Amino acid sequence: MTNYLDNVDSDWFSKRLSAALTLVIAAFVVLIARLLFLQVIEGGELRRLSEINSIRLRSVDAPRGLIYDIHDRLMADNRPSYDLSITVKDAHPLDQTIEKLSRYTGIDEAQFWESLEKAKGTRAYKPVLLKPDIGRDALAAIEVNRWDLPGILVNVSSRRDYIFSPSSAHLLGYMGEISVEELKNKIYSDCKSGDFIGKYGIERVREDWLRGKRGGQQVEVNATGQVVRVLSTVGATPGYNIVLSIDQSLQLTAEQLLSDQAGAAVAVDPSNGQVLAMASSPSFDQNAFISGMSHDAWNALISDPLHPLENKAIQAEYPPASTYKIIVAAAGLEEGVIDENTSHFCPGFLKFGNRTYRCWKKWGHGEVDVLKALGESCDVYFYKVGLELGVERLAWYASAFGLGEPTGVDLDNEDGGLVPTAQWKKKRVGVSWQKGETLSVAIGQGFNLATPLQMAMVAAAVGNGGVRYRPMIVRTIRTADGQTMYESVPEIAGRLPISAKNLWLVREGLFKAVNDRHGTAWQSRLEGMGMSGKTGTAQVVGRRDDDANGENEWGSIKDHAWFVAYAPRENPRIAVAVIVEHGEHGSSAAAPVAAEMIRFYLSGGQPKGDGPLAVAPASSAEGD
Amino acid sequence: MFDRRLLQCFDWGLLALTLCIGTAGLVVLYSAVSASAVEPDLTLFRKQLIWYGVGFGAMIFCFLFDYKQFERLANFIYLASVGSLMAVLYFGKYVSGARRWLSMGPFTLQPSEMAKVAVIIVLARYFAKLINTDGLTLRDLMVPAFLTTVPFVLIVRQPDLGTAMVIALIAGAMTLFAKIERRALSWLIATFAMLVPLVWFFLRGYQKQRILTFLNPDRDPLGAGYHIIQSKIAIGSGMLSGKGFLKGTQNALSFLPEQHTDFIFSVLAEEWGLMGSLLVVILFLIVIAWGLSIAGRCRDPFGTMLSVGVTAMIAWQVLINIGMVMGLMPVVGVTLPFVSYGGSSIITMMIGIGLLMNVSMRRFKFE
Repeated sequence: MTNYLDNVDSDWFSKRLSAALTLVIAAFVVLIARLLFLQVIEGGELRRLSEINSIRLRSVDAPRGLIYDIHDRLMADNRPSYDLSITVKDAHPLDQTIEKLSRYTGIDEAQFWESLEKAKGTRAYKPVLLKPDIGRDALAAIEVNRWDLPGILVNVSSRRDYIFSPSSAHLLGYMGEISVEELKNKIYSDCKSGDFIGKYGIERVREDWLRGKRGGQQVEVNATGQVVRVLSTVGATPGYNIVLSIDQSLQLTAEQLLSDQAGAAVAVDPSNGQVLAMASSPSFDQNAFISGMSHDAWNALISDPLHPLENKAIQAEYPPASTYKIIVAAAGLEEGVIDENTSHFCPGFLKFGNRTYRCWKKWGHGEVDVLKALGESCDVYFYKVGLELGVERLAWYASAFGLGEPTGVDLDNEDGGLVPTAQWKKKRVGVSWQKGETLSVAIGQGFNLATPLQMAMVAAAVGNGGVRYRPMIVRTIRTADGQTMYESVPEIAGRLPISAKNLWLVREGLFKAVNDRHGTAWQSRLEGMGMSGKTGTAQVVGRRDDDANGENEWGSIKDHAWFVAYAPRENPRIAVAVIVEHGEHGSSAAAPVAAEMIRFYLSGGQPKGDGPLAVAPASSAEGD
Repeated sequence: MFDRRLLQCFDWGLLALTLCIGTAGLVVLYSAVSASAVEPDLTLFRKQLIWYGVGFGAMIFCFLFDYKQFERLANFIYLASVGSLMAVLYFGKYVSGARRWLSMGPFTLQPSEMAKVAVIIVLARYFAKLINTDGLTLRDLMVPAFLTTVPFVLIVRQPDLGTAMVIALIAGAMTLFAKIERRALSWLIATFAMLVPLVWFFLRGYQKQRILTFLNPDRDPLGAGYHIIQSKIAIGSGMLSGKGFLKGTQNALSFLPEQHTDFIFSVLAEEWGLMGSLLVVILFLIVIAWGLSIAGRCRDPFGTMLSVGVTAMIAWQVLINIGMVMGLMPVVGVTLPFVSYGGSSIITMMIGIGLLMNVSMRRFKFE
């Protein structure tokens, strides 16, 4: 038996115990004294404070960061919104208060009751939002009759104002009320329900930078809930301002050129990958999202067959059609399948197997070399090159040009397009690759899919001598007081695996396409600007492969028109890709759009027909 | 064969005290979870009842076997506890910025709560071997310091400063009770004085914030300072007799932060006034005195140190929690034993009571 107290004098032990007890009692005496102090001595005063319940917490929203274009032109601003709320507890009698409120503001009583009905279950002392964004007139009426409207509060919050809306709508995106699911997400941990967050475009992708840090105020209110005084304030930190690489005038030009049509136009700076313009048509009114869109308006938007909400520059995939011949030509040259002297005869068709594959030019191009093939877009020439290369090598080069995967532009929901291979077809379609399909692929049809941005990047890489940049839209991020937090640096995504000489040949072909009398885009040439480009006419899905470039089977469905280009010929400053859905011919529908964008940009923003056109010095673009 | 004396010596008094505090706690919790909404949401209240049920099971389990079994298993219990603390850092559930919970099917456990008991058991075993009238030397203190530091650091990493601090304080109280040699004690005091500023650097932003706010509540009148102000208003406005059950306006209007866990004492004081809050405080004092008397009557050093440890756990948590809501201490996440909502907290406290009962009912073995 352990009997430790035999060795220890029990006096020592009980002393330790009573010392411990004394300490505990002393501590409890402090607690009890504090309790007496609070509940007896200060009790009356604290009871009064609790009864008037006069101290409330009010959050102070942080102004959201602004968005500017490359020339510091404001694109997304904040404007004040006057939000009408009611504290039911203070608004006695409720019926009369609502009735008076309706009379003063001219807003239908039913709207107020509807909001109150929705907020049923909220505690009576908490303000309920009656109507957001009442106008200045209603605000004035309320301010004048404040004494007559107990429990009515007007909070000023800040709302987004998209200055050029619907211009750049897909790019900037829009904001909406945070959803229940989003509230659970860690990245929105400092948001509360009712907050507006970026839902689309830059607003969403850069939400973390644009959203500032909320502040708060401790206020004392009187019996009717009006703020008597502000006890203390913790200021809100505004969000960061973002400068985009977008040139708003070029953007507007592109959108104007595309108006009334469905399609997209992308312009990038080939020397660094910065996106200068990204237009998608038709567009939508972003401001409608901010002031609360009706169900009907929303349904109309999402059921529109022209998909106005879709950013066609990055979220729509089209067969690249003849613009893809740039890649086939480069691949053929690099693989030694052709050289600058190789020529093929084009009688207007190619017999392959038991089928006839036609050239778009019924009576043929005659003898064709690579320059003429690109310049006049001879299908037969590329059928032959494609056959010799085979689908696998075509696919390898297409991937090397950046097709088949998203470009990584800083926007949301970018599509990657599709580079078909025999293996892919077997896996996805379940059928082996047919040799004839290689012919379709070689002229950019068949399973091939690319986004306009991808094709703009192809044009940029060919134009700048073979460097593939990652396209970027955010140029700088600055604090509200102008301190730069982030500056984008050009990011090289890869280099074209094409020798300088072969790339030069391709560029010559593209120059010919625009500047040679027989070139497919001769009509859209720009004097003195050295535009080089490639037209394309994409078959609309649903038509048979073997009828390449043939007659429409259904008169109503017209082909999509493509044009990719860059200018000037050497050290280009702009590369463009344009698609016009159902525009029929690249040369007639898409090339004029691209040409006008290039002319506008290189002339430093001069309207069309303003004196003789000249290549503007780089600095003039900065001056507007 | 079951010893009849076990039943004779059963500590009915301690059981009655626990039931009293527990009932008071449930009444206050009912108020805290229901008063703030139009429709009382009693999910938390029902859950707490379940926790009490589980807690009673744990309590009974803890006094069924001779507590000597715990001495034998001390190392195993300790290692298991440290293991679960490591697990929580890797697989823990992330709740508002901290990893403190382990998911066990539909339940979540807070291993840091259980770690308190593990540390008490392992330290009691160690001190029981060394206790003597001369006191412990610095070398004697190396092992307990290590045993405390491991879970302490793991819990600070979660981060859960409140629980880590309680563990350190329990270990400190047990060590002081076992007596430290005079020379060692002066060394320790000197070292602590130098360490305090160092610790400051390791605190997280929000932890520093709380200490600064405590020192000067006006620094942050919207955050922690606001909570202290509102909590004081709630307690003081209870005055002598309180506002009545379910009538607390501070509670109903959600002016109190975490009114069902850390700030539940404010609800008690607001609705039941000085009479109610004083009664609960005195009940706690009696429980602590009771624990010390169990330690005093025990004739076995492990039993004594175990009782001292459990009593210290209850005492520290009561003092820190009530001191905090009355603005005597910085805001730290420490629950009020038997009253605050929370399964891990309730079960840990019931285990503690079970251990005290165990020591109490087996005292005859040494007579």
